[in-house]
Amino acid sequence: MLAAVGVAGVEDLFSEIPEQVRRREPLALPTAVSEAELLGELRRLAAADTPATSLVNFLGAGVYDHYVPAVVDAIVSRSEFATAYTPYQPERSQGVLQTIFEYQTAICELTGMDVSNASMYDAGTALAEASLLAGGQTRRGRIVLSAGVHPEYRQVLATETAGYGPRPQVVDLPEGAITDPQALAAAVDADTAAVVLQQPNFFGALEDLAAVAEVAHSAGALFVVVADPLSLGLLEAPGALGADIVVGEAQAFGNAMNFGGPGLGYMAVTRKLMRRIPGRLVGETVDAGGKRGFVLTLQTREQHIRRQKATSNICSNHALNALAALVHLSWLGKQGLPELAELCARKAAHLRARLLEVPGVDAFTAGPVFREFAVRLPGSAAELVEALVPQGFLAGVPAGRFAAEFDAGADLDGVLLIAVTEKRTRAEMDAFVGAVADHMTGAEVGRG
Amino acid sequence: MADETYPQDLQYHKEHDWVRADGEDAVFGITWFAQDSLGEIVYVDLPEVGAEVTAGSSYGELESVKAVSDLVAPLAGEVVDVNALLQDEPQHVNDDCYGEGWLIRVRMSASGQLGELLDADAYKTFLDEA
Amino acid sequence: MADAERRTIYEKSCCGRRAFSLPALDVAEVPLEELVPAGLRRAAPARLPEVSEVDLLRHFTELSTLNFGVETGSYPLGSCTMKYNPKVNEVACRLEGFAGLHPYQPEALAQGALELMYELELWLAEIAGLARTTLQPAAGAHGELTGLLIMRAYHEAQGRAPKCILIPDTAHGTNPASVVIAGYEPVAVPSDARGGVDLEALEALLDSDIAGLMLTNPNTLGLFDENITEIARLVHEAGGLLYYDGANSNAVLGISRPGDMGFDIVHFNPHKTFSTPHGGGGPGAGPIVVRDILEPFLPVPLVEKAENGRFFFEYDRPRSIGKMRTFAGNFGVLVRAYTYIRGLGPDGLRRVSEMAVLNANYMLEGIRDLFEVPFERRCMHEFVVSASPLKEHGVRALDVAKRMLDYGLHPPTTYFPQIVDEALMFEPTETESRDDLDTMIAALRAIVGEAETQPGMLREAPMTMPVRRLDEAEAARHPVLRQRYPEDEGDGA
Repeated sequence: MLAAVGVAGVEDLFSEIPEQVRRREPLALPTAVSEAELLGELRRLAAADTPATSLVNFLGAGVYDHYVPAVVDAIVSRSEFATAYTPYQPERSQGVLQTIFEYQTAICELTGMDVSNASMYDAGTALAEASLLAGGQTRRGRIVLSAGVHPEYRQVLATETAGYGPRPQVVDLPEGAITDPQALAAAVDADTAAVVLQQPNFFGALEDLAAVAEVAHSAGALFVVVADPLSLGLLEAPGALGADIVVGEAQAFGNAMNFGGPGLGYMAVTRKLMRRIPGRLVGETVDAGGKRGFVLTLQTREQHIRRQKATSNICSNHALNALAALVHLSWLGKQGLPELAELCARKAAHLRARLLEVPGVDAFTAGPVFREFAVRLPGSAAELVEALVPQGFLAGVPAGRFAAEFDAGADLDGVLLIAVTEKRTRAEMDAFVGAVADHMTGAEVGRG
Repeated sequence: MADETYPQDLQYHKEHDWVRADGEDAVFGITWFAQDSLGEIVYVDLPEVGAEVTAGSSYGELESVKAVSDLVAPLAGEVVDVNALLQDEPQHVNDDCYGEGWLIRVRMSASGQLGELLDADAYKTFLDEA
Repeated sequence: MADAERRTIYEKSCCGRRAFSLPALDVAEVPLEELVPAGLRRAAPARLPEVSEVDLLRHFTELSTLNFGVETGSYPLGSCTMKYNPKVNEVACRLEGFAGLHPYQPEALAQGALELMYELELWLAEIAGLARTTLQPAAGAHGELTGLLIMRAYHEAQGRAPKCILIPDTAHGTNPASVVIAGYEPVAVPSDARGGVDLEALEALLDSDIAGLMLTNPNTLGLFDENITEIARLVHEAGGLLYYDGANSNAVLGISRPGDMGFDIVHFNPHKTFSTPHGGGGPGAGPIVVRDILEPFLPVPLVEKAENGRFFFEYDRPRSIGKMRTFAGNFGVLVRAYTYIRGLGPDGLRRVSEMAVLNANYMLEGIRDLFEVPFERRCMHEFVVSASPLKEHGVRALDVAKRMLDYGLHPPTTYFPQIVDEALMFEPTETESRDDLDTMIAALRAIVGEAETQPGMLREAPMTMPVRRLDEAEAARHPVLRQRYPEDEGDGA
């Protein structure tokens, strides 16, 4: 081969690289190992972890521990799906294209919206993109968010739009953690591009979407909802309540928690916003022989064509995670999703009721919830979480770690966010309540 | 797609718009060369009635499957009519760029602007040289 | 089955068929009205599929056969680095100790994952030749935006507010798009006759309003810019920073490091260079490595190691630009990259680049008489040729690409970069054998022959795929972006 290329040795291939930037010593990396040894090392690292899935896990806050059926991995590990590139050559990519079309449909059905894109990285970046979209559509300079939107999503929004797009303004939550539509209305003016609510919100409260839709629209602003897609098996679709843009995290469908990524951001919009939605879109068409087919479409929105005139820089999507979600949703189906949602809601209601019976445990989230809720403890929530680990419980997410993203006056140190999925049995929940009660008693006695 | 023509009764602009004068108004469209370069047009983004257009500035966009192109106004004026047919049938811009594929009608803001445009022969020469 | 009209899973759904099984309710069956008030409850269920598990598997299995993955055949897509994705990576990332981790679980219970991230950060810094890594960005374009926001923070800290970023005219579309989203104005720098940055033009453009230059080296033409140290010197002297788009890193692993070339920020694409699977469009990742002067601005959290050996997430970084995404990164993707780098070691990585460059040069030699070669230079891991000689037969680059499908090959990248007419960009990668390359060369030779004898057929190619050329114009004019149901028609949907 070297002869065919006309060089004496491999070194000659790099002759155009100036010597001063040539690396002569080997990189300081560990030397190669055989596959067996390699896997041994990875197993050693994994064994040093105690994954949440191996404990009685009540962690939520955007990433949930649901059962992912075996069919999902059977399909996503097929190399024709896993190792394919973006379907820019549609004649040989009908598999990927059709699955994205079916995924887009599923998201539209869940959210009640007209158009879904082919997926995004996560809910935080999807929210940032929604903000850019709203800014471009309305040509206004501010976006008003309830503090009920996940603090990390709000952080990402602020970071990503630091140079471009509407400026975010956060409105604090009142006691009970349910957004007050009037408080949002007071912050909205003629320069507001969009108003944002999360449903259920970060503390699990159910928000009044219709009322806030009215607040946004009467000011000429768009209404953005960050929606938990699994809750949409039970809760009304945001599209039916006035949403213009719906975004969120769909990891719960088909995807392991993976220490936070890759997850599955999603975005869906009304027909009117179709030509402004970022990300890839798959459309149905016919081929030269009149046969049905699918193709990436409206590509002129995207960076590879618009370049500096693009309204977003997003290139890749989370295609394989979207496929996993589609498979899981297909496995659950029209009947299974509402059943799963109801199951989670009933279990969460049970745990909430029992926990609130424990002396000292108070409600933080008021009103009905879906599968997640917050309680206030007399002592530190983080301490309780740590104390219960040896007993095999992951008690929840201490809200205090996000204190910087909430009103300075809110004392979140004792607030614990608890999520319940279908994996949690009654026996586990009751044992957990017992453990919490014991910890509280011990604390009273000063055991710390 | 029609054959390459540049009607004598129209005037032309270097950014490939044609202009048909009609009293106080002028109708804009794109030339055969422009629609041929773009390929099959899939979407036309035009201003609203009442909008102001400025000579030399962008007044809208044309999209084909693989490209986006700005529409550059040859004259200044106020938009009084927009070709609504193109919303659902943008292909008229390719098939009949001087007729059914017209884009907008403006009320000219100043007289004498027409004098700055090219006639058909001058435009053809300009294309040959480019 | 081949000729039957393709149906979606919704069209295959029927009458209450189901695949799922759920645990039985073991708590009180509280009435739904008590759980969620009627006004917030769903009126009608989402019209998800109704299929059995067998139906489901058959549907997706059939769809997979319509696809082309790296294991189907050669995939010489320029700029994408479609190398083989090792299966051991797939085993590693599925280990329960990794996949089962919740991002907010106590760090004491995630020491293995944190150690993996910490080590990967060090390795990427070594490969880049720079000081500190963040694994946070979710994709290459996301890494670009992160790097640009870091540039902005750096300049602000210096009391400066330059407005422009220089980008070569050969740049990938994400570059100018990222620049705009970062709040900067992109300014194009032309290429010279050798395909590198035109130094004279660069000097003329450099003033105090330039925040930096984004470059990839080798560039999208597959050419190494030999003037890189001069370019770096000029930009730094003008007060700007240099950003390295790492998409083409496959050419220089262990051969030349962007940090040594003078770059200040580097992003890597693990789904290109480090073998993580493309997944039909994602997920990827976009880790970036920065020079020490930029470390304070990296997004939070960073992975740190305490004196007692404990790994933890450090959030207390007052000058950080903030957070670019939820949680700490696409961990599942990064495990695969870690496994790849660990398995190859320094000699293996170097060999990757040597073979990638050799394979590209071999392929270029094999087809150079068939096309026009725009730059007479040694190519690196990819090269661009022009199909313009075929215009006389009425055949274009698009037609050549489509016909390759009939030969069992995936086409190269077409019509990019924009400065080459009828561009075909080939990147065979190091995992193709000599036989594979010879097969591709022979196919291209045959296709160019067909351009002379059967141009009409080429213009309609592919002929043997599940579908023929699709009407993309109609798809864009009247987009149908979801399953349609008769009951939805007529409400303007």
